[in-house]
Amino acid sequence: MSSMSDQPTTAVDLARNVRDGVAKAVDIVDGYLARIDERDDEINAFNLVLADQARERAAEIDEMVSLGRDPGPLAGVPVGLKDNLCTRGIPTTCSSKILADWKPPYDATVVTRLRDAGAIFVGKTNLDEFAMGSSTENSAFGPTKNPLDTTRVPGGSSGGSAAAVAANFAAVSFGSDTGGSIRQPAALCGVVGVKPTYGAVSRLGLIAFGSSLDQVGPFAHTVRDAAVALETISGHDPGDSTSIQQGPLDLSPTLDLGVAGLRVGRITDLPKGASPDVEERLEAAFDALREAGAEIVDVEMPAFNYGLTAYYLIAPAEASSNLARFDGVRFGMRTPAPDTNSMYTATRTDGFGTEVKRRIMLGTYALSAGYYDAYYGRAQKVRRLIANDFAAAYAKADVLLTPASPTVAFKLGDKASDPLAMYLCDTYTIPSNLTGDPGMSVPFGIGEHGLPVGVQILAPALKDDVMFRAAATLERHMQNHQDQNVSGS
Amino acid sequence: MGVGGDSLRRVPDVPKISAADVSKVATLARLCLTDDELTTATAELSAMLDHFADIDALDLDGVEPMMQPTPLANVMREDVEGETLDRDEVLGQAPLVEDGRFRVPPILGIQE
Repeated sequence: MSSMSDQPTTAVDLARNVRDGVAKAVDIVDGYLARIDERDDEINAFNLVLADQARERAAEIDEMVSLGRDPGPLAGVPVGLKDNLCTRGIPTTCSSKILADWKPPYDATVVTRLRDAGAIFVGKTNLDEFAMGSSTENSAFGPTKNPLDTTRVPGGSSGGSAAAVAANFAAVSFGSDTGGSIRQPAALCGVVGVKPTYGAVSRLGLIAFGSSLDQVGPFAHTVRDAAVALETISGHDPGDSTSIQQGPLDLSPTLDLGVAGLRVGRITDLPKGASPDVEERLEAAFDALREAGAEIVDVEMPAFNYGLTAYYLIAPAEASSNLARFDGVRFGMRTPAPDTNSMYTATRTDGFGTEVKRRIMLGTYALSAGYYDAYYGRAQKVRRLIANDFAAAYAKADVLLTPASPTVAFKLGDKASDPLAMYLCDTYTIPSNLTGDPGMSVPFGIGEHGLPVGVQILAPALKDDVMFRAAATLERHMQNHQDQNVSGS
Repeated sequence: MGVGGDSLRRVPDVPKISAADVSKVATLARLCLTDDELTTATAELSAMLDHFADIDALDLDGVEPMMQPTPLANVMREDVEGETLDRDEVLGQAPLVEDGRFRVPPILGIQE
């Protein structure tokens, strides 16, 4: 059995040890693969475990170190990749039957950058099909379980990536966040999860869901690990025309600056509905930041409440367009039929799951002649109102604090038959996808059923570093007050 | 409006969308629904559209639509040769190929 201490080793420490020759990447990788072997049958975090490739790559990293060459800032760090990130020659399924056997002919830019930084890919992680969901139950590979309580969901859609870090199957993992798909599962699994500023990370090779909303970001055990992971993948990519034309985000050096003088916004008209334990932990987070020298200011955001509607018209509209490419011609499966039109229909009908079909239809309807202005057009105007609200709030506050998820992890099956109830999981995360601003979830104590609660920190576009400072402060508070962080009964 | 609540699950008094509408949308999206799926999808989409009617009350006259978050527009690259995907590797992932091309069934079908 592999040794497993209470505190998982951080990615920063793993990489330092490998670069300094104190630890061998092959031994580190063996330890992680052993844990996966032991427990992933139960958790189902991975669609595919890359044991052989990981061991080979680890040997290469060790050889570089022995030759005196620097393998990079993530040297020997075991990493999980959401299975909607393209990996050349390695199956990339989006947890969909329609892409079951597809091997991409190229790597996503984030994959290239991680490999160049010395990271070792241990597997492709499970997700709600095409990243549509909040529980990782809508997967052709079956649901992922929450490692902290296997009768509960890990959140979604990046539930496999969140569970992989929570179970210490990977030191760091990557997901995508279109409406909360990194932050909500991070909250439910008790790990750090970051949706960076839109355009800070390349979307090349991320299989598109909502192109104006999608962003790739990290899951990690610590704020510093998340910072290093995000520094590694961020920065301009000429292959993505929405990539912001600047270098990588600079986060690590500011983590210890604290929050003295920082203005932390409380949204006074935030949509109600978070459970009492979550509300209590949010209050504790405000207290912790005040104690650390921040000033708490009230802001009003009347349009925040309409985010859900705007999102569930805009995201399915973009999805219906993006998923038109899955037609049985160039990649993935095909259901044979006598003519092209019936072949498209037969392939898509067989290949897509229920939730994906639901969203494609909703989006097609919102974009169809006669309804475009009433739905998609109006949703885009509401999106503007939300952006205006954020701009006004950020004139008064440097960061905003909200719950990441309205509740702690819920039971498997609880919301599976009620799509609207599932959509409401993303109430607090969606608005910053509409505006493109960064957001992250930081574990901040324990709520109902002994399960973790995540606090969400929001910041203006390209102020990811300020967001990280607040996150690091909350994390330090947790480390210094270990026994006072339980809410509720 | 709250984050939970049964009001969201109620069946709207006047359905926002008919089965015929859903059937048409499915055809446009190249999806085939069984009768049961059509009934379920109609009820679900109707309940969603009813919930999304919360924005009907907003005065949106003169509000500029927001398409995407960045101010970037029409980003072009230099017109220089670069690497492209390997043709055999790409075709190797297609369901059916012939003579270096994607093979599809007839556009008009076999019989008229």
